[in-house]
Amino acid sequence: MSNTNPLLDVSGLTKHFPIKGGFPIRRTVGAVQAVDGLDFQVSAGESLGLVGESGCGKSTTGRLITRLMEPTAGTIKYQGQDITHAGRKQLAPIRSEIQMIFQDPYASLNPRQTVGKIIAGPMEINDINPAGGREKRVRELLEIVGLNPEHFNRFPHEFSGGQRQRIGVARALALEPKLIVADEPVSALDVSIQAQVVNLLQKVQQELGIAFVFIAHDLAIVRHFSQRVAVMYLGKIMEIADREDLYDNPRHPYTRALLSAVPEATVDEEPRERIRLVGDVPSPINPPSGCRFRTRCWKATEKCASEAPPLVQVEGNKPGHLTACHYPETPETIPAPRLSKDPEAAA
Amino acid sequence: MTSPTPSAATPLEVTDETVAKSTTSTGPKGSESRSPGRLAWKRFKRDKTGVISAYVVIFFFVIAIAAPLIAKLYGKNPYTTYASQDPSLLDAFSYPAGPNGGMSSQFWFGIEPQLGRDVFTFLLYGIRTSLGIALAATILTVVVGVVVGITAGYLGGKTDYIVSRVIDILLSFPSTLFFIAFMPVVYGIFVAPDDNIPTWLRALALITVLTAFGWATIARLLRGQVLGLREREFVEAAKVTGASPMRIVFKELLPNLWTPIIIQGTLLLPTLVTAEAGLSFLGVGIIDPTPDWGVMIARGSTFYSQDLTFMLFPGVSMVLFVVAFNLLGDSVRDALDPKSKR
Repeated sequence: MSNTNPLLDVSGLTKHFPIKGGFPIRRTVGAVQAVDGLDFQVSAGESLGLVGESGCGKSTTGRLITRLMEPTAGTIKYQGQDITHAGRKQLAPIRSEIQMIFQDPYASLNPRQTVGKIIAGPMEINDINPAGGREKRVRELLEIVGLNPEHFNRFPHEFSGGQRQRIGVARALALEPKLIVADEPVSALDVSIQAQVVNLLQKVQQELGIAFVFIAHDLAIVRHFSQRVAVMYLGKIMEIADREDLYDNPRHPYTRALLSAVPEATVDEEPRERIRLVGDVPSPINPPSGCRFRTRCWKATEKCASEAPPLVQVEGNKPGHLTACHYPETPETIPAPRLSKDPEAAA
Repeated sequence: MTSPTPSAATPLEVTDETVAKSTTSTGPKGSESRSPGRLAWKRFKRDKTGVISAYVVIFFFVIAIAAPLIAKLYGKNPYTTYASQDPSLLDAFSYPAGPNGGMSSQFWFGIEPQLGRDVFTFLLYGIRTSLGIALAATILTVVVGVVVGITAGYLGGKTDYIVSRVIDILLSFPSTLFFIAFMPVVYGIFVAPDDNIPTWLRALALITVLTAFGWATIARLLRGQVLGLREREFVEAAKVTGASPMRIVFKELLPNLWTPIIIQGTLLLPTLVTAEAGLSFLGVGIIDPTPDWGVMIARGSTFYSQDLTFMLFPGVSMVLFVVAFNLLGDSVRDALDPKSKR
């Protein structure tokens, strides 16, 4: 990172969920390695996209950063302050600076509270009394997110999904945070509404200078929204780079496979070579040795099974472009025909 | 179901009509917002059975509260044996001399056989005692159940495990048998075997025992509800802003639990009324001469073959009350939880 003093500094972040079993005495018999040694930084005002398949640990990462979960190992530093295992009282001053937007707008708003109460809640908890009263601030926030300020004493069930997500955004903004963790904020919405909410978030990010950790599985939305993108697979970061770099010059085979799977809007162009990954994501209870992607990688060798590739700046990468692969892709490398090529495209 | 809420944002239709509409309705719209509670109230008001049952139940509570006043206006009390003042009220076999159990303009519901007490005031005070005990037991049961249930559900882990096992054990007890066996023990703790047991102690013991065996059902139900609710994202959202566990329980969880609490409470009260009357009937609860629904039915059962009228009043009034309260409970549930169709 060029920025020496990042807003959020995560290193070696690990979360293992214990599996209890056994009879008659229950004991830990294994662990789901949801997140396993993440390193990344987020600078002030920057948006980091976190992409990956379902179950790769994206949401767990978000919940670890916001300290809804207790990390198993690693450190989380916010503005240089270690918050990895901070208690509720110690976290109190930081709580207002790190906020979260949730995936499901139907579950994230308390059905028994009015919109005004929901948005004023964070201010109440942190005992913040803005000039002109909380109600005025709530109205302002509703205006910012594009809702009618007169609706502050309505209930969530009177709003549509997109409007509810806007309420969620307003709640996150209520404390004037410096960092917002958005956990798949648009994946529960339909496409036309997705664009509205993403544009709202972008407006918020640019105008208020809030840093984002944007968790999503939609590559197009992440490309639209995030300046930097991290690709996750089975609890590890496979590749992290600036947006243009990652999308134009993917070095990790997994990134390449993901990008090739994005549907194309143009029909006239030459059909793009598609990489089809076979098999399922291995179980995080018992992840593959060495490189986690090796079971589905067409380049895997003995080395990949024995040695986990470090997340480094491989040869030919721009600064800040880190890849965890022994055999990084180059624009020239064509995937081996073994299991990767689309049969129709080859014909 | 309710009529659909007018869409909040309809920017596409900019006809004159909508503009006029929105300008006129902006003011009331804000205050007219329908809270879940208000929607439930609207649904309840449409339910005729519920409204009629509510009136019946309210009537019973009013006469229970106003019993001393009514008795004063009526000019009698439930303790005086009127037959000893006027022996002509009872015949040679100590049964009411007049027809229909001695019903007359003086004794509206007739007089009691043998002792010759006034049935009307005896019933009024009996309802008062029974409802008082049942209400106190209901409130206590609900409070204990809610506190234990929410604590177990929210804390989880070992607390939850221990509480759940206690609930399992309590629910596996044959409670009626246990009441009969256990009541003398409770009295024995406070009163020497030969002493008279004061009425307040009997009432207190009834409330305690009914509560001790009643809270488990509610606690289990609420534990389950809390287990579901605490994983919801709005609880996480509150945590992210730094809310204390107290705030989460009282401001985020509890408002979502009122529905099951109210439903359980309204269904519990009639059960406890019958349970209390049952215990008094069996002789382990309130005893004569304290007026009580159960005591009255117990006395009535000794001479119903000769004098049905005396049995009729406590019996019919109790059936009326319990049926009305159960119907009210059902209506309340339907109103609060419209998705649960019977």
